Amino acid sequence: MRIKLKVNGKTVEAEVAPRISLADFLRDTLRLTGTHLGCEHGVCGACTVIVDGAAVRACLMLAVQAHGEQIVTVEGLSNDDALSPLQACFRKHHALQCGFCTPGMITTAHALLTEEPDADADRVREVLSGNICRCTGYIPIIEAVLEARAHYADQDAPP
Amino acid sequence: MKPRNLLIGSPMERVEDFRFLRGDGRFVADVNLEGQLHAVIARSAVAHGRIRAIHTGDARAMAGVRAVITARDLGRPVPVIPLRLQPLAELAPFRQPMLAHGKVRFVGEPLAVIVADSPQIAEDALDRIGADIEPLPAIVDREHAEAGETVLFEDHGSNVAIRWTAVRGDAGRAFANAQYVRKETFRIQRHAALFLEPRGFVAQWDGRARKLTLWGAAKVAFANRKILAAAMGLAEQQIEMIEVDVGGGFGSRGEFYPEDFLIPFAARLLNRPVKWIEDRREHLMTANHARETECEIEIAATGDGRILGLRGRSWSDNGAYIRTNGSVAPRNVAQFMSGPYHIENIALSTTQLITNKTPAGTYRGPGRFEADFVRERLIDLMAKDLGLDRVEIRRRNLVRENQMPYPLATITPYESATELDGGDYRQLLDRCLEDFGWAEKVKLDGRLIDGRYHGIAIGCFIEGGGAGPSEDARIVLESDGTYSVYVGSAAVGQGIETIMAQIAGDALEAPFDRIRVRHGSTGDVAQGHGSYHSRATVMGGSAIVLAAEKLRDKLREVAARALGCEPGEVTLDSGTAKGPAGKSLALSELSEAPVEAEATYRGDKHTYAYGSLAAHVAVDVKTGHVEVIDVASIKDVGRIINPATLHGQAVGAIVQGLGGALLEHLVYDGDGQLLTGTLADYMVPSAGCFPVIRSTVVELIPSPNNPLGAKGGGEGEIIPVGGVIANAVAAALADFGVEPMELPLSPPRIWALIG
Amino acid sequence: MKFPDFDYACPKSLDEALGLLRLHGDDAVLLAGGQSLMPLLAFRLAAPGLLVDLKDVPGLGDIGIDGGGVRLGAFVRWCEIDRNAGLAAAHPLLVEAIGHVAHYQIRNRGTVGGSLAYGDPAAEMPGIAVTCDGEIIVMGESGERRVAAADFFLGALTTCLRPGEIITGLHLPPWPAGRRWAFEEFARRRGDFALAGTALYYDLDSQGRATDAHIGVIGAADRPMRLAQAERMINGSTVNADAIAAAAEAASREVDPMEDFHAPTAYRRALVETLVARALTRAAG
Repeated sequence: MRIKLKVNGKTVEAEVAPRISLADFLRDTLRLTGTHLGCEHGVCGACTVIVDGAAVRACLMLAVQAHGEQIVTVEGLSNDDALSPLQACFRKHHALQCGFCTPGMITTAHALLTEEPDADADRVREVLSGNICRCTGYIPIIEAVLEARAHYADQDAPP
Repeated sequence: MKPRNLLIGSPMERVEDFRFLRGDGRFVADVNLEGQLHAVIARSAVAHGRIRAIHTGDARAMAGVRAVITARDLGRPVPVIPLRLQPLAELAPFRQPMLAHGKVRFVGEPLAVIVADSPQIAEDALDRIGADIEPLPAIVDREHAEAGETVLFEDHGSNVAIRWTAVRGDAGRAFANAQYVRKETFRIQRHAALFLEPRGFVAQWDGRARKLTLWGAAKVAFANRKILAAAMGLAEQQIEMIEVDVGGGFGSRGEFYPEDFLIPFAARLLNRPVKWIEDRREHLMTANHARETECEIEIAATGDGRILGLRGRSWSDNGAYIRTNGSVAPRNVAQFMSGPYHIENIALSTTQLITNKTPAGTYRGPGRFEADFVRERLIDLMAKDLGLDRVEIRRRNLVRENQMPYPLATITPYESATELDGGDYRQLLDRCLEDFGWAEKVKLDGRLIDGRYHGIAIGCFIEGGGAGPSEDARIVLESDGTYSVYVGSAAVGQGIETIMAQIAGDALEAPFDRIRVRHGSTGDVAQGHGSYHSRATVMGGSAIVLAAEKLRDKLREVAARALGCEPGEVTLDSGTAKGPAGKSLALSELSEAPVEAEATYRGDKHTYAYGSLAAHVAVDVKTGHVEVIDVASIKDVGRIINPATLHGQAVGAIVQGLGGALLEHLVYDGDGQLLTGTLADYMVPSAGCFPVIRSTVVELIPSPNNPLGAKGGGEGEIIPVGGVIANAVAAALADFGVEPMELPLSPPRIWALIG
Repeated sequence: MKFPDFDYACPKSLDEALGLLRLHGDDAVLLAGGQSLMPLLAFRLAAPGLLVDLKDVPGLGDIGIDGGGVRLGAFVRWCEIDRNAGLAAAHPLLVEAIGHVAHYQIRNRGTVGGSLAYGDPAAEMPGIAVTCDGEIIVMGESGERRVAAADFFLGALTTCLRPGEIITGLHLPPWPAGRRWAFEEFARRRGDFALAGTALYYDLDSQGRATDAHIGVIGAADRPMRLAQAERMINGSTVNADAIAAAAEAASREVDPMEDFHAPTAYRRALVETLVARALTRAAG
């Protein structure tokens, strides 16, 4: 099937088989390999991307369902030259070790803080409970997201 | 030899983070080669059975399927996975074939490899493989495994692989004369490392050069290259193992699994690049499981709580095959049962049993998590029985500084002796009490507050690290004045590019941003031993210190020639070589060609980090839910390279330990079917589970066993968690007489204990 | 775990969707949020020939609140229930219960209709539908029918939906002011399916006695169910500690929990007693 969508601000048109997940489409067709696959059954959160402003699991969505949508991946939340404020908070707090869950954490946290820049610690923990990290024990991730809130409160659309 | 200390000890932000945070990491699934095919593995759905036939014709006939490989295609004999550590003859009969033939012995055992144009087509073809397997009774528990009416390996005739003993002193006499003796049975459940990035490989065979390149190496690339070379009939030099970013290891990832051979084999057979990425279901049923142990252990003590002896038996459910890790975990259960305590008389045996479950291997703190659960529980039971304070009883029994180095029990049949290298164990116990706020919190013990019973507990642990035999490092001063540091240690997410750059920077007296660390791949150094047993920093870091020293000698020689003086007259600072009479030269101008030096650090004395961990829980007796309100830990690692990354290791280890204590369980039914085959059923900690973890790492007493003075620190805090949480639950539920003897402390189990 | 091969259709109207179901029969499966269906496909536990995506069917995403109660379109997503300003007053029990559904990302996709059609015995939405006298609105070839939620769920993952039918919405009767209610569930981790849960409410008569008690449970049988005995213990009582204990005890006898590796029957039975007692205590407080 032919689909047309926006990925990280760029219009993309592609031919894709119906059974291809959005995650595989991003990774294999567009070579946006920042979206990771950790379970492919909707539990680990590593594949989280932002569809029309909402964080979703890209392994549980078909590429064809994304026709006409605006997709933002971790690559779309990154600048060429420097880390975004959210990314810098992650680095400062050592909120990553192996880095595999990290893109999903960044996309999820970005979607959350964009909508709820005043999310408290409990809300952040609740939202991130859909993203498995096996390395950090989550404590520094929560700290990083809480610190990043300030950057979202001030402006319309970070990073 | 001690490097000057500008970078070491500093909580530097990690160099790795730039790529990971921007989605620029390159994990094995991100590696794509022109013309690559995709493999999936057809696996046994039967736990135990005789293979009558594997029908592959339908699958082969599908459009887009390029090959279906069964054991028959591998030649005779079908290669097996050798043991990497302690390759004992007794264990040889239980090695896993790369593909099942004759029999299948666990659900998930590889039967065939399907190679197709896409992963989707390859999976479609899975349904077309017909496995005709005559089922046999599945052995899934100790009782049936020991009884041996059904055996997995008929030629061997028994499901007992090996029995180890750990001996020290004279346990028989100690128990005969002891004022206090208590014997209990404990069980630790099967669980696993569950690193988040699935395993995977991309293999490329260059037929003309007869060279194999394999992306996806991890942990022990050199050892695996040797195994792979033998299995494929190649020389090691014909194989290049490339370590790309690795999404977590924890002991399990990077060990040699069947796919480590099958994917390269398929690539050579088809003369096309072949890619295989494990899915989570097959990860849960095929990557090493760990920890399943039953222990009948007895403790003997004087009336005032001096521990006189430990004796008893334990059984490790190893699953169907003995893989690369051999007997490490079962042996550790016996060897480390005494932990950080001075226990003069020990007689322990441990039996490694073969069952129809996924093979077990090492997982962070192998054997130690299990042993600590048993020992720390026994100590609290003893304190209760004797009416003594559980902190005082620990303080009284910890190995003292003046007893160092302190030999642990000797293991046989293959004698292995090790000794604690030093430390002030009591000081850290006291600091942990203080950090935790024991004096205040102890008042909550056993109290009912807002419908929940509160309890606290503390335990002490040691962590083995720095396994030998050696590690290699090579440092190159490039012609642009930057240093490339190559090291045999492997990255599994612990931040070694940063840590090694800190060590190298101080050793070279060079700024951090001029150092690039390369690691893990077989092309980088002559030999490498990788990352296990908390050894990467200790061994790789020490090798870097040695290589830096050599390189600086060389640079002085080169500079002396250019400056027209003696090497001894040259001083080096961050960017320049200075000779006598104010003559100097920028290092970048020193030589047209890169200058390099290589060094091997050898050392086979283990380091022992040590510490204490305390926890506060609240138990809802109606639901059986255990809430972990607070955890505080402290550990001495001798020398800290990067306090921030080390703190990350500590907190991460604690939370993994809490998973093992409370949540994680690989459950089998009586037919040997794995019931927890999804991440919804196999429950690892999530962000909401354990919000308060406090952890401190200190550098109190350097290890005498390496030039850095560092002790391995990647595992320690996971080790005491099971015992401490169980003790805290027992303390909370003292009114109910609840004494947990089995993990995990799941709500139904706690509820049942309350009765 | 790649999906099996299937075709995909994205009809623009309900009629078109019904037509596709007619044409393809059992081979067609409806796709709403996909948060349960896609994992089934990933594990290849289902292999439909055609997925019929309802995302472009107009009208299915509406939330209606009026004197007649609350109407949730089948395509209403969990996050929209969170965000809807009127629902908290119009049906607070619904909002609280749905707050327990799954994780953030799932909540952004999962739908009311999908959950009802899937019929997981531990899921919140079917539990609320059954507890609150909900009616499931179903469109088929022969037009619309409304099925009482109590009759809709036949067993684990089994409903009375007939081939060719599409759930278009859920109707919940009006929620009177002053109604007492609570929701309690126990899950191992945040967002997990509950080991058991209860949704309940009752009204108070002029003497302060409970009337019209509705006590529903999830995860305690092969489908969500109401507990008539427990309700009887509450109706006419002042919902004091004795009545609560009696009702909770009755509830534990009335349920028929399954045994699985997560929990034995006896545990789930006791959990129901605890949760019903806690929920009633909260409702009464």
